[in-house]
Amino acid sequence: MTEQTPELKKTALNATHRALKAKMVDFGGWDMPVEYSGLIAEHMAVRTAVGLFDVSHMGEIQFRGPNSLDAVQRITMNDASKLEIGQAQYSALLTPNGTVVDDILVHKLGEHDYLLVVNAGTKDKDYAWIRSQVGVTHGIHISDYSSYYSQLAIQGPRALETLQKLTKVDLAAIRNYRFTFGQVAGVHNTLIARTGYSGEDGFEIYIPSDVATSEKVWNAVMEAGAEFGILPCGLGARNTLRLEAGMPLYGHEISDSITPLEAGLERWLKLGKPADFLGRAALQALKDAGGPANQLVGLEMVERGIARDGYPVLNEAGETIGTVTSGSPAPFLKTNIAFAYVPRAVAESKEDVFVQVRANRVRARQVPTPFYKRAKS
Amino acid sequence: MACPTHLRYTKEHEWISVEGTLGTVGITDYAQSTLGDIVFVDLPKVGDPVTANQTFGSVESVKAVSDLYSPISGTVAAINPELATAPDKVNEDAYAAWMIRVELADVAQMDTLLTAAEYEAFIAEETGK
Repeated sequence: MTEQTPELKKTALNATHRALKAKMVDFGGWDMPVEYSGLIAEHMAVRTAVGLFDVSHMGEIQFRGPNSLDAVQRITMNDASKLEIGQAQYSALLTPNGTVVDDILVHKLGEHDYLLVVNAGTKDKDYAWIRSQVGVTHGIHISDYSSYYSQLAIQGPRALETLQKLTKVDLAAIRNYRFTFGQVAGVHNTLIARTGYSGEDGFEIYIPSDVATSEKVWNAVMEAGAEFGILPCGLGARNTLRLEAGMPLYGHEISDSITPLEAGLERWLKLGKPADFLGRAALQALKDAGGPANQLVGLEMVERGIARDGYPVLNEAGETIGTVTSGSPAPFLKTNIAFAYVPRAVAESKEDVFVQVRANRVRARQVPTPFYKRAKS
Repeated sequence: MACPTHLRYTKEHEWISVEGTLGTVGITDYAQSTLGDIVFVDLPKVGDPVTANQTFGSVESVKAVSDLYSPISGTVAAINPELATAPDKVNEDAYAAWMIRVELADVAQMDTLLTAAEYEAFIAEETGK
């Protein structure tokens, strides 16, 4: 609880969060709610019912023009040529060394029209990177529309029923990682995507960022979800939900010193896609040379103790072999879980490791990720 | 934030009450509110010595771990057994969910601790409100 510094950026819903008595924190330069009623209650609401998140701090960068696919392909690791209009994909911006500038979602809005959703704390870096690498490409226009959008995430098994009350769009017809445009709570032309960062079913919607519209839609969703026990959810629950769901967080599992090969993101790394891209040659060379030295693994604490970000990982002999990148109690699983980097041989052996939890060496077992996987309905 | 006036406080956000030579120690409502949902309280054993301004245990929330500092020196006479299975009691009522009872080495040490008004002023300064 530090004094609020005046230069923090605010979303259009800042007054709403304060009226709800949210605990606010500086997150990537934004004054954001970390929790309202309590992290565990918010986490459980998303796992069992529905939760509403203000994620307007996320950045939106649009590529338009006849050569926009070429630029998107050049700057991202997934294969954007596979996207249909109305489809989104997880991807990442890479450096020429193959390390991660940011992880992103690429939405294909139209034949020559792509929307990249990027992390808040990295948005300015991403935009500068994109402009420097593909900004002068002929036949393309790149715009930072971050300040034009408020983004709300409605997540949980009752998210569809909640949002369906506010729109005539048949939400059940939107498949996972697909999106459409429609009227939501009276707001026309709203991008409605079946995406999220919680491991549950849910939607992310993009609306104009003026305070009146943002508050109107926020309040409408809260009212629609009331019968299901909807809770406003902060970044605290967003973090524990994504960790349980085994999703990486920029600055923790991935960064500009980590490659997608180490981070277990090979599924989204398309080295053979029909276009060269930044980082491809370096990652191909790394693969040809036998792969990265370290591997991201999931840990579950066997003994009492909670691993936290940055804690050392040790082997049986007590030698430091790695580092925890994210660690927390898992509110739904009711165990203590963590992501950590360890040498590949250790990862492949599946043997137990130890986490130095302050004064104690605590045994942890390697477990498959995601730690939590929702039952398919 | 009104703090009970019959307690004394530390700048590390512990409270203590005293009856005779037996002190009862917990964390303040401000501390539990800052930590958020508490999932684990690590306490010493009965008979362990504690020293003023030194750690005697830790409290973990979902978000963070925080050391517990003893307001006074003495010997642990009891620990709150309820916290082993229901650490969230601290969130519910931080002034009821005591952590340890201490047989005080020197009752006069109490005079070095903050009064409720002093602690409230300290929090106000810390939060800039």
